[in-house]
Amino acid sequence: MKMRFKEKFIEKSFLLIAFSSIGILALITFFIFQEGLPFIWKIGPKAFIFGERWVPGQGSFGIFSMIVSSFWVTLGALLLGIPFGLACTIFLAEWTPPLVGIVMRPAIQLLAAIPSVIYGFWGLIVLVPLIRNSLGGPGLSICAGSLVLGLMILPTIISISEDSLRALPPSYKQGALALGATHWQAIWRVLIPAARSGIVASIVLGMGRAVGETMAMIMILGNAVKMPSSVLDSARTLTTNIGIEMGYASGDHRQALFATGVILFFIIMALNTLAIFLSRRRLRG
Amino acid sequence: MIHRTRYVTQNIAKTIVWMAALSTIGVMILILFQILREGLPVLALHFFLDPPRVMGREGGISTTIVGTIALTFVAALLGAPLGVGTAVFLREYAGESRLSHVIRFGTDCLSGVPSIIFGLFGFVFFVIYLKMGWSILSGGLTVAAMILPTVISTAEEAIKAVPYSYREVSYSLGGTKWQTITRSVLPNALPGILTGILLSIGRSVGETAAVILTAGSSLVMPTSLFSPVRTMSVHFYILAREGISMKVAYGTGAALILLVLLTNLIAQWMINRYIRRRS
Repeated sequence: MKMRFKEKFIEKSFLLIAFSSIGILALITFFIFQEGLPFIWKIGPKAFIFGERWVPGQGSFGIFSMIVSSFWVTLGALLLGIPFGLACTIFLAEWTPPLVGIVMRPAIQLLAAIPSVIYGFWGLIVLVPLIRNSLGGPGLSICAGSLVLGLMILPTIISISEDSLRALPPSYKQGALALGATHWQAIWRVLIPAARSGIVASIVLGMGRAVGETMAMIMILGNAVKMPSSVLDSARTLTTNIGIEMGYASGDHRQALFATGVILFFIIMALNTLAIFLSRRRLRG
Repeated sequence: MIHRTRYVTQNIAKTIVWMAALSTIGVMILILFQILREGLPVLALHFFLDPPRVMGREGGISTTIVGTIALTFVAALLGAPLGVGTAVFLREYAGESRLSHVIRFGTDCLSGVPSIIFGLFGFVFFVIYLKMGWSILSGGLTVAAMILPTVISTAEEAIKAVPYSYREVSYSLGGTKWQTITRSVLPNALPGILTGILLSIGRSVGETAAVILTAGSSLVMPTSLFSPVRTMSVHFYILAREGISMKVAYGTGAALILLVLLTNLIAQWMINRYIRRRS
C-alpha cells in the first residue's frame, strides 16, 4: 500500500516537472503581453504597427520601418540559406563519401554552436569593410546582415531537412533507380518532393531564427531608424530595436519596446505553429 | 542523346552540390581562423587571471570567466533536472497521449522563442517582479528556461534508445517503475543525456541577448548569486560594439570560441562513443 502511494507520488511529481516548459511559455506570454499590450491599445494598433516615425523622446512610436527591415533581412537570409541549405542536405544525406561525412556533420553542428556575437563580430570586421569598399554605402547594411544570417540559419535548415530525407522509406529511391533514373533524378524528382513538408518546415524554422536573431544584427545592420530603400542601406529590425534601447529605456519608451516584443512574439509563434503543423503532417503522411 | 544529357545534368548537379557544401564549411573555417589568428596571441595566462581594468581596455577577463561559469552552472543545475524529468515523463509515463502532444507542442514552441524575448521576460519576471535584480540568479534562471527544449529533446532520444527489454527484465525481477527508471533506464541513457546537457552548456556560454538584459554588465567580481555579472560573451559584445579595445575583444572572442569548441568536441566524442557502444 505504501509502495503504491510512493509510486503515485513520483508519477505526479514527474507530471508537474513535465509542465515546466508549458508553464514557462505561459509565463513568457503573460508577462510580455502584460507589459506590451496596454501600450499598443493606448496609441492604437494601427498607429503602432504602421507608424513610420520612431522618436521615443517626442513620444512617436511607430515600428513599420522595423517590420519592413526585418522582412528584407529575413528574405535575404533565405535567398542564401535555402539553396546552400538544400545543397548541404543533399550532400550529407546522399552524396557524402563516409570519410567526408565524419568531418562534415560535426562541422555543421559546430556552425550551430558558434555564438551569434562571434558571427556579428566577423561580419563587422570582414564583411562590412568588404561591402563598403566594393559596393559602396555605409557597409553596415541589410546586405551584410543577410549574408551573415543566411549562414546562421543553415544548421536549422540542414538538420531538419536531412532528418526528413532520411525518414523516407528506402523503396522510394530504389524504385526510382530501378526505373532507370540517375541518382540525381531520383533525388530531385522523387526524394526531395517526397520530403517536401519536412523541408518546408525546416525553412520556416530557419525563418523564425532569422527574424529572432538579435546580437549579430545589432553589430552588422547599422541600426538607423528609417525605411530601407536599398540593400546597401543601414537598417533596424524589430529585435535590434529592443536590444539596443532596452538598456536605458524607461516609462512609455520601455513599454513601447515590450510592445515591439509582442509583435515579434506574434510573428515567431505564427512561424513556429506553421512549422510544427508541417512536420506533424510529414509524420502522419 | 537524352540518355547522355541526364548524366551531364547529374554531373553538373553533383559539382554544384559539392561546391556549395565545401564553401559552407570553408566560410566557417574562415570565420574561426580570422578571429583565432588575431585572438590567440592575446591569450596568455595573465589574460585569464587578471581582472579587467579601465572598462576592459586593459587587464584580463577573470571576472567575466567567473561570471560565465557561475551563470552557466545555475542554468545547468536547474535546466538539467527539469529537462530530464520532462523527458522521463514523456517516454515512461505519458506514452502517446493527448497530454504528451500538448507538452511536446509547448516544448517545440519554446525552442523557437528568440533569445531577446527570453531576455525581456527574464527582465520583467526575475529582475523586476521577483526583485532579484540584475544578478547571476536572474540570468541563470532565464538561460535555464532557454536550454530546456534542448535538454528535453536530447534526453528523450537517449531514453528512447534504451532497449525495451531492459525495462522488462527490471519488472520481471519485481522492480517498481521508479526502480526501473533510476536503476535501469537512466544509467543506460546517461551518456546521451550528458551530451545534451553539454550542448546546452555550450549554448549558455555563447548566449548574449538574454543575459545582458537579466545579469547586467558589471565588471566587479561577483560575491553571491545576487551579484550582477558580465559574462564573456557580453564582455566581447560590449568591447567590440563600443570599440573599447579590439585587442581584448579578439582575445575574449578567441577564448569564447575555444570554450565552445571544447564543449562541442567532448559532446561529439561522447555521442560517437555512445553510438558505437549501442551498435
